Amino acid sequence: MPRQVERHFHSSPLTNAIRDMHRMESLSLLDTGIHRLHPVTKLITTIAFLIAALSFERHAVGRLLPLFLYPLVIAALADLPWKPFLKRLLAVEPLIVGIGILNPLFDPVPISIGDITLARGWLTFLSIVLKTSLAVLAALQLIACTGMERMLSGMHLLGMPRVLVMQISLTYRYITVLAEETGRLLTAYTLRSSGKRGVRAAAWGSLAGMLLLRSFDRAQRVHQAMRLRGYSGYAPLPPGTRPGLRDAVFLACWLSWFVLIRLADLPLLLGRWMTGFFG
Amino acid sequence: MSHHKLEAIDLKYGYPDGHEAIRGISFEAVHGEAVGIIGANGAGKSTLLMLMMGLLHPNAGKVRIGGVELTAKTLPDIRKRVGMVFQNPDDQLFMPTVGEDVAFGPRNAGLAELEVNQRVTMALERVGILHLRDRAPFKLSGGEKHAAAIASILAMEPDILVLDEPTAGLDPRARRRVMRLLAGFTHTRLITSHDLDMILDLCPRVVILKEGKVAADGLTRQLLAEPDLMADCGMEVPALLQPCARCGHVPFCGHCPSGASVPSGASVPSCASVPSG
Ligand SMILES: Nc1ncnc2c1ncn2[C@@H]1O[C@H](COP(=O)(O)OP(=O)(O)O)[C@@H](O)[C@H]1O
Ligand SMILES: [Mg+2]
Repeated sequence: MPRQVERHFHSSPLTNAIRDMHRMESLSLLDTGIHRLHPVTKLITTIAFLIAALSFERHAVGRLLPLFLYPLVIAALADLPWKPFLKRLLAVEPLIVGIGILNPLFDPVPISIGDITLARGWLTFLSIVLKTSLAVLAALQLIACTGMERMLSGMHLLGMPRVLVMQISLTYRYITVLAEETGRLLTAYTLRSSGKRGVRAAAWGSLAGMLLLRSFDRAQRVHQAMRLRGYSGYAPLPPGTRPGLRDAVFLACWLSWFVLIRLADLPLLLGRWMTGFFG
Repeated sequence: MSHHKLEAIDLKYGYPDGHEAIRGISFEAVHGEAVGIIGANGAGKSTLLMLMMGLLHPNAGKVRIGGVELTAKTLPDIRKRVGMVFQNPDDQLFMPTVGEDVAFGPRNAGLAELEVNQRVTMALERVGILHLRDRAPFKLSGGEKHAAAIASILAMEPDILVLDEPTAGLDPRARRRVMRLLAGFTHTRLITSHDLDMILDLCPRVVILKEGKVAADGLTRQLLAEPDLMADCGMEVPALLQPCARCGHVPFCGHCPSGASVPSGASVPSCASVPSG
């Protein structure tokens, strides 16, 4: 393959994103206490975490900080590297900033923190960024500690309809198929487009149609291969996988922590205590 | 043991677009037998395998595996006993790592994690790629992908193996490795291929397909050496079975009788130059 085409094939944003996702999932093969927890335990904790984070008022900033304890502790206990998570977080950050950036305009009421006075909208903006970062981190960690199939089995146990579980599972597998076919088709196109960059407008239609047909064909064969190996919609958990004492302790600790920081303003109390102590 | 027996009884199948791909095929493979299925492109080899696996439903006729007829009800059980290796390993490897992929079948079968692990190790060792366990399938070479695809089937411990063109697209060394592997199996095997040398090597018996029908069924060494039959079915007699240019002996006898004259300009090898196969 000529170098340019090779680069094109191996580093299109789509293939990169998918490789990233698989890398995230391959972390689920680690064997730590967190990984061994029942998927339902981790699902419930993550959902509780999301509810706690999103239920804070619009301009909460300081009160969100204790929530970061959760991703920090999980990362430490589950032996997760920081880099891939920060990378993915930075990748979605522009999107989040884009959503929140207008807040200072809509909500110009001045407020003061210490000596600084600024529009209340800035706090809302910061709050949105923090909340979404927390949510993204928790979701990524859930995948990295549980794996897609186990997570879906957990969702099924929690009552998600089987059809939906199946849809998500297949979509997840087929995205790779689609990306590969796109890569191949673009490579074939580039090789015969005498070095011009990009895809000619006139060729888009037939290229897209071709892509659809080929992915469909391929997806069908992948599905057949899965069925031949006993696939029935989602991979059931191995028999004997039941939540144990560890799961109960894990769940109880985190749920009480979330309730505690939701009810009491810990950073404020900590601040008072510290100033009382020193002053 | 009869549960390793494979039977196709007057199978007929037409694709939804109206193309009659299989027009009445019957054959059987007995315990431990390796049967080659050959024929030109489009003869219906892949379609036949899909019918045997219950991936397509015949319009007429039936498939029997180990004496049990293939129906919607018996399908899950039969699929545990018959493993199919696809022509393109990319269609078969979809999990993030080779180890996970090989574990996919045993997990679906509901085995405990400990046994799943043993099966994975056993299967990867059998095909000689235990060291690739944690690698991503899409990063492997063609030969390694084939080995991984075969391992993912072996992990399910089938009695019967069905392989669609197992040596297609492999370099000579990878091809020899796959052949050695297949030769070492004791499963009942059904192998389709264009690689007639491989079929000659692995399968004592062949079924030759032509336009969705059985054109011949018999001993590989005999059928593949018949020039008219082979030409009629869109294939060529493999070099190893062509008559010796010097003495006309089939297959090569390893020596020519004294006095046999070499035709001028003969490009076909002779008994003197190639040892008998
Ligand atoms: N999905 C399909 N739809 C319609 N026709 C098909 C389909 N797949 C294969 N065929 C046709 O059926 C015939 C047999 O195909 P196949 O079994 O793939 O042949 P082989 O594997 O021997 O090359 C061919 O003529 C092919 O064009
Ligand atoms: Mg074929």
